[in-house]
Amino acid sequence: MDALLALWQGAFGSAYAILSATLVRATPLLLLGLSVATAFRSGILNIGAEGQLLAGAMAAAAVGLASAEWPSAIAVVAMIVAGIVAGAGWAFIAAALRRWFGVLEVISTIMLNFLALHLVSWLVRGPLQEPTRTNPQSATLPDVAHWPTLVPGHRLHLGFALGLLLALALWVMWRHTAVGFRLRVVGMGARAAASAGRVAVDRTVMGAFLLSGAIAGLAGASEVGGVTWGLYDGISPGYGYTAIAVALLARLDPRAVVPSAVFFGALEAGAAAMQRDAGVPAVVVQVVVAGVVLAVIALDEWRRARAVRGGVDA
Amino acid sequence: MTPHEALTLDGITHTFGGHRALDDATCMVARGTIHALLGENGAGKTTLMRIAFGMLRPDAGTIRIDGAQVTLRSSADAITRGIGMVHQHFMLVPAMTVAENVALGTPGPLDLHAVRDRIRAIGAATGLVVDPDARVRDLPVSAQQRVEIVKALARDARTLILDEPTAVLTPEQGDELLQWTRRFADNGGSVVLITHKLREARRHADEITVLRRGRVTRHAMTGALDDAAIVEAITGGQRLDGDVAPRATPHPLRHTATSNVGTEVVLALDGTTVHDARGLTRLHPTTLAVRRGEILGVIGVEGAGQRELLRLLAGRLAPTAGRATIPAEVGFVPEDRLHDAVIPELTLTENLALAEAGRAHGWLRWSDVADRTAALLTADDVRGGGVDVQMRTLSGGNQQKFVLGRERRRASEALIVENPTRGLDLQATARILEGIRAAAADAAVVFHSTDLEEVLRVATRVVACFDGRVREVPPPADPDDRTPYGRVLLGAE
Repeated sequence: MDALLALWQGAFGSAYAILSATLVRATPLLLLGLSVATAFRSGILNIGAEGQLLAGAMAAAAVGLASAEWPSAIAVVAMIVAGIVAGAGWAFIAAALRRWFGVLEVISTIMLNFLALHLVSWLVRGPLQEPTRTNPQSATLPDVAHWPTLVPGHRLHLGFALGLLLALALWVMWRHTAVGFRLRVVGMGARAAASAGRVAVDRTVMGAFLLSGAIAGLAGASEVGGVTWGLYDGISPGYGYTAIAVALLARLDPRAVVPSAVFFGALEAGAAAMQRDAGVPAVVVQVVVAGVVLAVIALDEWRRARAVRGGVDA
Repeated sequence: MTPHEALTLDGITHTFGGHRALDDATCMVARGTIHALLGENGAGKTTLMRIAFGMLRPDAGTIRIDGAQVTLRSSADAITRGIGMVHQHFMLVPAMTVAENVALGTPGPLDLHAVRDRIRAIGAATGLVVDPDARVRDLPVSAQQRVEIVKALARDARTLILDEPTAVLTPEQGDELLQWTRRFADNGGSVVLITHKLREARRHADEITVLRRGRVTRHAMTGALDDAAIVEAITGGQRLDGDVAPRATPHPLRHTATSNVGTEVVLALDGTTVHDARGLTRLHPTTLAVRRGEILGVIGVEGAGQRELLRLLAGRLAPTAGRATIPAEVGFVPEDRLHDAVIPELTLTENLALAEAGRAHGWLRWSDVADRTAALLTADDVRGGGVDVQMRTLSGGNQQKFVLGRERRRASEALIVENPTRGLDLQATARILEGIRAAAADAAVVFHSTDLEEVLRVATRVVACFDGRVREVPPPADPDDRTPYGRVLLGAE
């Protein structure tokens, strides 16, 4: 009971808990959840959000470190662009391997995650290491590269607002535009899309993959500009993997990704508090999270199976 | 109970969810002979042999192997009793070597050395030489087929069931294989040859059993049968079958409706060929023209080339060589409705929009699409719910009416329809055929069905596919005569 109370207090117990812990943790999960939903909706099993996030973080950190003399708005926009381009570029490797060599993206994106992880390691011990060359981390970004906060006195930053806008934009795109409809139908039935819809499936899948990577790259830029203000090993505690759970819990609906990301963000924030205040290890929360995801997937499949049986009778 | 019977299926009945796939079918394969099993697609040939191989349990009837009655619980059971089957789609693990594939499923400890020796010994004894260390995926299809046979022989199969073995082979390879089966039979083996190539059966089999709609319609020694008799048994004789229920359309329209055939050529092929991914020729050079107002009926057994022909004309397949001249948009009703025509989880409205997905841009106006969907449902009598229900909740007949309606509206000039009435009830079938006829009022129509009667009822002109070649079939003098069609379908001269 104490543990649950501590969890709740840590996540929603105060303005600080909400605006500086929960929603800050939810920000990368929101963006990455949208990235995963984008890929999954188009039938791409992109497990590489983590690597694409790191690629975006590296590019944004490099740009941010060079921006000391620039106006703040330019520095922030340049970081966003760098993150998006790097994330899309990282995804392009896996997308190209799939399109031209038939390599399963599940494998390639996981491999690229490790590659990105080690690239960060090398950068913070090499080209991007802080000037004293003692710690494996970059210098702190100049003030102009710090992303604006949304509520004075709290850590919640621009990245969360971008995430909300993006959720809305993706929903509108999927529901109301021709491009979005194509992205959906190649995921739901590639053969029908090609034969009945005359959709260029390869090109559409490529576009979805790049979009997914771009959003994950933006998440990387958002972490560097809004939270860490620098680059170091372990900049992401596996957000890219949690994001898969976020997207699945939301059933790949971009609107539902928002509460889903907040839920997981709250669990992460609350877990830290629970460990501190009640002495319950944070891994307990991870067990709960995994349980929730499995339950959701099982429920979904069960419903689908029932619906299919019903459909045959009808 | 003759002493030399190798495999006997006696009075076999088998029902798939209400559909009687086999009805009191009997087939006796004698030791030392090749026995051909003939019939159209869906006549029950493969089902019967799957029962012989223990993959299916019959609802009624008995199986005897070497004269002794047996119950086959699985294919492992059948293998133990000396039955081997080579399926149309090979059951091999492509990433494994030949020896590993042969060893797979053999009981007892794994001894690859012994397996390799066994493969070499079989090669020396039978002429079926394969390299035991080659990887299956690196082998050409003909060699993969050899591996399948070696696999059966390695388990001491004395009766081999070959399902359409020459479908994947070049004619020379096919001949070679069939000559091998003769030697195998001469050495005391037995072979069941499932085929729909008449010439193959006539030239290589000792006995022929013909199935039609799950029943044995003919059984005789090959010498006692001529082409005409076999064709009659396969297609159901000269007249409409007694067991074919009367169609909702009372008066057949065979080879008529020439009055509204225009002069304008809408679809044209000029020396067009199609090769598949393995380089095998699926369609030999074909030249063909379809005019507005015409319904070109296409007949052909599975794999004869009509699939490629239809897709060429629909613009869904690019020719390997030659030229296809077709309008920018061609309506296409593909055979595999749920995979190629619609997305079952989307609503009817969304499935209508699917037809425009490739060329749409900007905003989608859903209310407009919904209005057009509602209009289609009314005009084409699609029942089962409104525009917002999921496609999968509709019955097959209503799904097909929807697809046909959508494709007719997509393109006014040309419509390609592939086997549209499979699994539909009589009323839905009648509606679909009506729709196809109506489409010909202002379009060039190409129509393929595995049901010959259906094609003859609707088409104004008929071509037949056999072995990748397309031949025109002139209307016979007696409109009820089915023999000319059966002959070209089965490749009889």
